[in-house]
Amino acid sequence: MKFVTIVDYGSGNVLSAQKSFAKVASDNNLECKVIISNNLTDIKNSSHIVLPGQGAFATCMSGIKKSRGLVDELFEFAIIKKKPFLGICIGMQMLASYSEENGLHEGLGWIEGRIKALPLNNLKMPHMGWNSVKPQKENKLVNNVQDYYFVHSYYFDCENNENILAETQYGMNFTSIVGKENIYGVQFHPEKSSSQGLNLIKNFLN
Amino acid sequence: MVKVRIIPCLDVKNGRVVKGINFLDLVDAGDPVEQAKHYSENGADEICFLDISASIEKRDTMVNVVRKTANEVFIPLTVGGGISSLENIHSLLQAGADKVSINSAALKNPNIIKESSQYFGNQCIVVAVDVKKEKNDWFVYSHGGTNNTNKYALEWIEKVQELGAGEILLTSMDKDGTKSGFDLELLEKVSNFIKIPVIASGGVGKLEHFYEGVVRGKANALLAASVFHFNEISIKEVKEYLLEKEIEIRI
Repeated sequence: MKFVTIVDYGSGNVLSAQKSFAKVASDNNLECKVIISNNLTDIKNSSHIVLPGQGAFATCMSGIKKSRGLVDELFEFAIIKKKPFLGICIGMQMLASYSEENGLHEGLGWIEGRIKALPLNNLKMPHMGWNSVKPQKENKLVNNVQDYYFVHSYYFDCENNENILAETQYGMNFTSIVGKENIYGVQFHPEKSSSQGLNLIKNFLN
Repeated sequence: MVKVRIIPCLDVKNGRVVKGINFLDLVDAGDPVEQAKHYSENGADEICFLDISASIEKRDTMVNVVRKTANEVFIPLTVGGGISSLENIHSLLQAGADKVSINSAALKNPNIIKESSQYFGNQCIVVAVDVKKEKNDWFVYSHGGTNNTNKYALEWIEKVQELGAGEILLTSMDKDGTKSGFDLELLEKVSNFIKIPVIASGGVGKLEHFYEGVVRGKANALLAASVFHFNEISIKEVKEYLLEKEIEIRI
């Protein structure tokens, strides 16, 4: 029995994440419970954790810190117990050491790197819409080029090349999937990326 | 690079589709969820619901429609029509909408753009601008295109961007319903002028119009209603056509 917790810390559209995981579970006959919670016991008992995130980095970080004991429990889950963890959008960016969005802000620091602004280069900002994700090394989430839905203006500048699992082109090649052992982060929204997105979720759960 | 988005728009009144797919034997053709699902399965990159309910009470039904849609449709969903407060926006986003489109309320109180984009993030705030050409200038209309605000379109759009909108939904009232193509002159001006993405709307009648909207109008996304609803053109045809013309598109 799988038990997925979508971490609730006051960030925008978490319902879509829950619904997409529930859809994957029912389509694949997985015995799987999917909840939205910030309860520490739920986090402890989970088999998989999803950290969503929308809006500004600093707001998301302060939201997650405000929830008593949450960051420590997530650390225990992902770093000590090494159980499968997925960050989505700002949830991915929070894995980094720092973000440069509206000042310098500390992240969780689980995957070394910095969140930086995408270069303008006469391109529209935010980077919004479907774009190709090209795997850079073998990983369990994506194994060929696929389109996913993006909405962001900042990107994850990875310190270690081995954490770059996939890249996407928008004015520059940026990291669209990061990974380190059991910890994954995707800059795009699998929960909004139709069948390709549901497939990625399935791969994460397997 | 990022792909051009094709967005079907459904008019919803009191929780039922009043302008939507007319050619299919859906179990319930008036059900916005079924229609959204159909479009999603047939290649739509996003879905747009436009709430045309007359009263505020009936608009609450939209929240339920959005909630049900989020259960079954896994592409971005934009909801517009009659949104006038942060509470409206909050309840729609909580129900599973990804973006809201604000129109008349932003004209009445431009600060709603700033407040909502700061609070919810600019990625979910779309400002819809209805524009009509008079003499040699474009003017902004409110209330479904019935009321001339006497605001210059380009000035208003620049202000909308400054206030923090994440996207512009630009409708040419002159072209809307004519099936003679987008107002390319307007579209190109606006696209070149602002930094946020532009969704073009109003006037699509033929496949070529989609191509022109991207290449000449430089739109980032193309929204259409009747050509899709009446099956005059399918989303698949649009995408195959654009792909053939070497436009980047999601297949």
